[in-house]
Amino acid sequence: MPVPILKQGSYLIASIQSALTDSEVLELRDDLADRIGRYRSRGIIIDVAALDVIDSFVARSLRTIARTASLRGAATVIVGIQPDVAVAMVQFRLDLEPLLTALDLEEALALLDRRAMGRERDHG
Amino acid sequence: MDEIRVPIAADADIVVARGEGRALAGRLGFSRTDATLIATAISEIGRNILVHAGAGEVAIGGAAEDHRVGVMVVARDQGPGIADVQRALREGYATGAGLGLGLPGTRRLMDEFDIETQVGHGTTVTMCKWRERDPLEVLQERPGVDG
Repeated sequence: MPVPILKQGSYLIASIQSALTDSEVLELRDDLADRIGRYRSRGIIIDVAALDVIDSFVARSLRTIARTASLRGAATVIVGIQPDVAVAMVQFRLDLEPLLTALDLEEALALLDRRAMGRERDHG
Repeated sequence: MDEIRVPIAADADIVVARGEGRALAGRLGFSRTDATLIATAISEIGRNILVHAGAGEVAIGGAAEDHRVGVMVVARDQGPGIADVQRALREGYATGAGLGLGLPGTRRLMDEFDIETQVGHGTTVTMCKWRERDPLEVLQERPGVDG
């Protein structure tokens, strides 16, 4: 089942609905890369609350999404990492750099808005 | 105790295997966090089978001792084997190169972790996570205590 991606203004919101297979993770990566260009998005929010695990493959894929998005001028924010998943990531020593994280959607939107304002200010 | 065997031949099988591990951990009274650690370890080890051997099997079973219960995971494949196990277990090896072994991280998620491998014949990873049972739980199981 593909991950639904919503367009909200200049942001894309991907909300994962269930555990994903590796190929579904790669599909999400490609879908996002494609849509960033199509919609000229400035930010991506990925809601991972429904993911049962974040293992090395998922972490690497999320990092790839963030780097790809960043090359195309968009920031990526991961929201909804569950407490038990967070513990597993720490114990595994998985790193999500250069990803931004936020507790929920609202916080992620605020984070992206602040970044967008900062960018406008920097560029006059 | 029953053993659940999940054949690993496609990436959807990894999702099934880690789901079974999580469910068994729940039935054995493990916390949600420990169940997630077990599911994550199974996910890593299942992917190793798929990537390096193409196919194999993950067997998940319960283990019981006097004062603790465990989730035992045995992942077997008949793939190429690992030439240098010590190297594969070393921190930092594979993670950057994207080989996806992730063995050091997986080992940290579990209490016991053992690899038997023979080049050209395959690899068997055996790992276990334990939960100490509290004294009341042990007492209640003794015959004659509550009927």
